[in-house]
Parts: sequence; structure tokens; C-alpha cells
Amino acid sequence: MSSTGMATDERIRKTSRLRTALVRPELGAIVGVIAVFLFFIVFAGDSGMFNPQGVLNWSTVSAQFVIIAVGACMLMIAGEFDLSVGSMIGFAGMSIAIMSVTLGWPVWMAIILTFVLCVSIGALTGTIVVRTGLPSFIVSLAFLFILRGFTIFFPQVIERRTIIGGISNAAEGDWLAPLFGGKLGAPFFTWLADMNIIATYSRGSRMGEPMVSGIPMLIVWALVLVVIAHIVLTRTKFGNWVFASGGDAQAARYVGVPVARVKILMFMFTAFCATVFATCQVMEFGSAGADRGLLKEFEAIIAVVIGGALLTGGFGSVIGAALGAIIFGVVQQGLFFAGVESSLFRVFLGVILLFAVILNTYIRRIITGER
Amino acid sequence: MKSALKRMAVTAVAATGLIGGSAAMAEDLRYVMVSHADDADAWWNVIRNGLALGGEQMDVTVEYRNPPTGDLADMARIIEQAAASGPHGIITTLADPDVLSGPISDAVDSGIDVIIINSGTPEQAREVGALMYIGQPEYDAGFAAGQRAADDGISSFLCVNHYIAQPASSERCQGFADGLGVDLGNQMIDSGTDPSEIQNRVMAYMNANPETEAVLTLGPTSADPTIMALDSLGLAGDIYFGTFDLGGDIVEAIRDGVINWGIDQQPFLQAYLPVIVLANYHRYGVLPGNNINSGPGFVTADDLDLVSELAGEFR
Repeated sequence: MSSTGMATDERIRKTSRLRTALVRPELGAIVGVIAVFLFFIVFAGDSGMFNPQGVLNWSTVSAQFVIIAVGACMLMIAGEFDLSVGSMIGFAGMSIAIMSVTLGWPVWMAIILTFVLCVSIGALTGTIVVRTGLPSFIVSLAFLFILRGFTIFFPQVIERRTIIGGISNAAEGDWLAPLFGGKLGAPFFTWLADMNIIATYSRGSRMGEPMVSGIPMLIVWALVLVVIAHIVLTRTKFGNWVFASGGDAQAARYVGVPVARVKILMFMFTAFCATVFATCQVMEFGSAGADRGLLKEFEAIIAVVIGGALLTGGFGSVIGAALGAIIFGVVQQGLFFAGVESSLFRVFLGVILLFAVILNTYIRRIITGER
Repeated sequence: MKSALKRMAVTAVAATGLIGGSAAMAEDLRYVMVSHADDADAWWNVIRNGLALGGEQMDVTVEYRNPPTGDLADMARIIEQAAASGPHGIITTLADPDVLSGPISDAVDSGIDVIIINSGTPEQAREVGALMYIGQPEYDAGFAAGQRAADDGISSFLCVNHYIAQPASSERCQGFADGLGVDLGNQMIDSGTDPSEIQNRVMAYMNANPETEAVLTLGPTSADPTIMALDSLGLAGDIYFGTFDLGGDIVEAIRDGVINWGIDQQPFLQAYLPVIVLANYHRYGVLPGNNINSGPGFVTADDLDLVSELAGEFR
């Protein structure tokens, strides 16, 4: 009797150390990032994935996911979903295109007005959710269709096509456009190319210029958003309100947290992030299309879930979401580098998602003590 | 490391104006195709088969990549990624020049030979620095189809557009309208890609506009449900019906007299020929002197046997 008791004690002590380590929302994602990089260093190490262009490629893709994942993460911690992120990306891009190209307004004005418009739509979604008490799943699903519909309707009616180009020309010399479409550190990369550290173009009009000419503002935005969101979430009173609103809204109200305001603000922040994504994309590619951002809402949610946030709200971390987005981006591009049949990408995605959710459920059980 | 050396060798030879013949001959040539099609688009299966056959016959490595949702911005990233992996050639579509011309000309400038297929125009292909364009100019094909329909006495139509987000789709409808000599107006509907939705929208349109004389569909995705819609309306075989592209059901419908003609842009050639052209260019330095038009060819009930045997596979 006493010997079995001792064995049980030992086992409890062993797992409890592991559990203390696991109860950080980021830990799963950190392990995931390391595993993913090891995997691709082994299987795609010599494929160009880790040369400067390759690194820039998957960093940019990851940064895209990071931007929308930060918004989705904050909102999910506050206990709500936004399924209209992808449609919002398409809508915001088209809004900028129509204002700047079709209407001929200055690009900075188009960008600012689009931000105002999209954040207002985010506020509207949030207000409807809070006022009606309907699940945000349904309300934002409605906006998924509404916004996508407008994104196809307006250019079709105004320009009789669904892609509006010519934004690059309109944005030339604009003061605000480089903040989204520009590149940082160009002289540094030119210097690197001069030192023969990075490759240069071997022909064409840009012969001799470095193939990697700077860090896209997209990546800078991703870093800035992560840092700000992380500080707000972990170091401020407002951050505690976000956790409280998602954990138990009623209890939060009892202790004086303005739950409705927090949730609406988080919807606005999600819309803001989607608009940042769209603006960077439009400024980089110079056109807006009605098909932009398809399924991005799910990619954002997947990144957040891989990053350890709970779908039920009240638990998660921005750093985790960012790491989840990096895993997502690196896997997506890395599978191509490794020469995996591209239709298998979804299979890998599903497997990773399932694995992450199972891990997260386990973590939640440890925290709440439920069985 | 090996591929980096290979790339440097090819790049160096190309840069000095010589042809990459002897340098690449002994080595395995690798070509990457990047399409704009989403995963579910069945039409691109022919492209994949043509690509695989070309790779097999020329004894070169071929890879096929596409944005899973058909998002063109994602496609731009895939082209950048393909260029970073250092292949000898990239075969890609130019579905939206604003988005894709940057990444494509970056690839060209870094020493990779590019052939544009399917979407885009010969002029756009030249502007991005591609070796050549292989495909069917969309507007021209629509225009030719419109003229053919006009000759058959048609003056109004319904264009069932299942991929309205891409400009090439509207150009087909616009070309058809111009070929007929009528205004496109509201005769194009955004049908979505869901079969039952397409079927219901076509039925709704035909009920609301009973005087419509012809139906134009833009591929198997919209043609197959449209066939069913016309069937249940009792219009199958009665209304003038033309379609872009071929597929199993379309071939059946042409045989049954439901569809008058299908425009075959011969996608097989768009995938097979670039591999042949690139491999011979890299091995022997020979290059055809012009762009290649893979279509349009009209398939009618008269020339169906071979087509129906290979529909969905190589036709």
C-alpha cells in the first residue's frame, strides 16, 4: 500500500515540473518554430530557402500572417471571433484603389479615409455583437459576405472590371504610401551586395543591384504591432480588461470592467490590422483585386490557435500568435522549397492545426483542473 | 549548394550573352510552373498532365505550384519563392500584370528564363522580359466566338462568369459581346463557383429574361451546372449554347447537341510546349522566333471522337 503511494507521488512530481513549463501559452509555439526550422534545414537546406531571397520570401509571408494574427489574437482573448478579416482585406484594398485611381484623390487621403471607413465597420460589427448578444461567429460571417459582395460590386459597376490597377503611379511622390509599400535599409543592402555578401541581378535594367533591396515595411509593421499589442496586453490595465472580458464577461462586469467597450475596441483593432495588411499589399503590388484576402480569416485564426490561444477566450498571447504565424508562413513556403506537391499543403496545415489544438486543450485542462 | 553552383553557372553563361548549352547539358534541368488556379479548378489537370509528359519526354524535372485559394497576391509570393529556389526556367501565367510583373521581371533579371502561358498578352510577356508567350488571347477568342454566333443569327446572350474576380473572365464576355456587335450591359452574371448556385442563378436569369437567345459559359465549372439548368428549363438543345474550354460533360453535351461549340485553347500545348522549348533552349540554344498561339480552336460535334476519349486528361 505504502509503496504504491510513493510511486504515485513520484509520478505527480515529475509531471508537475513539465506542467509548470507547459502552462505558458507560447511554449507549444516555441517548440513548433524550432521543430519547423530543423525540419526545413534538413529537407530544404540547399534549395535556396535560406539564401537572402528565400529568407525574405518566407519572412514576408510570415509577416502577413503576423499582422492579421495579432488582431485576431487580441479579439480571441477578448472572447470573440472575426470571420470578416479576409473580406475586409479585399474591401480595404479596393477602397484605396477606387478613391485614389477612379476618383483621383491623393493616395494619403485614400489611405486615411479607408482606415477610418474600415475601423468604423469593425466598430459596427462589434456594436452589433455586443448589443444583440448574438455570437460574433454569425455576425462577422454576415460581414464576410457583405464586404466581399461590395468588393466585387463597386469596381464592376464603376470600372467594369474586378481588378483596379495604376495605384503605383498614383502613389508616386506620396508622403504616406512609403510607410506601407516602401523598403527599409536600402543603402545597407546595397553595401552588402558591394561586399558580395548577397547576390545581385545579372541582367536587365537593374543589373548589379542587390536582389534583396531592403526590408519591406510589411515586416516592420508586423514587428511594431506585435510589440505594441504585447505590451498593452501584459503590462496595462486595459490588457487585464481584455483577458477578463474573454475569461468570464459577467464576472468582469461585476468588478467594473467595461466589457462592451473592450470588445468593440478589439473588433476595431482587428479591422485596423486587416487594413494595414491590405494597404501594404496594395502599395506593394499596385493593384487591388476582388479576390484578395480569400480565406485569410481562417489563416489568422489558425495562426492564433497554433500560438496557444484558446478558442473560448481569456487565454493566449500575442507572442504566441506571432510564432504561430511564423510557423504557418514558414511551413507554407517551405513545403514548396522542399519540393512537396503543392496540393498536400492543406494536409500539412490540417495536421499541424489538429496537433496544436490537442496540445492547447491539454494545457487548458491543466490550468482549469477540469478532466 | 549544388543548386547554387548550377544557378551561378547558368547565370554566368547567360550574362555573357552565350547560351547555357554546354554548361547545363550534363546537369539535370529543373523547371517550375506557377499557375493562378485554385486547388479545385479541374481544368488545370490537363495542364499538369501536359507538364508532366513534357518533363518525362525531355528528361527534365518539372514542378507545379499554385496559390491554394487562387489569390493572386499569394501567387506573387510563390513566384518570388520559385525564383529563390534557383530553377533554370519558370513557366507562369500573367493573370494580373500589376501584381505579377514585378516578381516575374525580378526572376528574369536574376538570370532565370521565363515563358508566359495562358493569361496575359504577347506584349505584356515581352514587357516583363519573358522568352515568349504561349496561349490564347482571351479577348480575341471571345471576339471570334461572338462573330461565329452573330453569323448564326444571335443578338442577345447570357455570359455565366464563374471567376469574375479575374479580368480575363470579363474580357471573354466583353469580346463575345463586341463580336456580336451588342452592348455587354447586364448580360454577364457573377455565378460563383458552387454548382447548385450556378444552376439556380442561370435558371433565375432565364426565367427573368425569356428572350435570351444564347448562353456562353467560361469553362467546365460554369458549363456543367448550366447544362443541368437548361435541361430542367426544357431549353437544352433549343437555345444556342457555346462554351470556353472542354471537359467530360461538355464533350457529352456537344455530342448530344446541347452545346453548339466549345472553344478549345488546347491547354495541353500551354504546358507541354514551354518544357520542350526551354529544354531545347538550354541544351542546344535553339528558340522558336515567335510567340505561339495555342488556340482558339472550335470543337463541334464533327470532330469529337478523339476529343471525348482524352477529355479532362489531355484535351
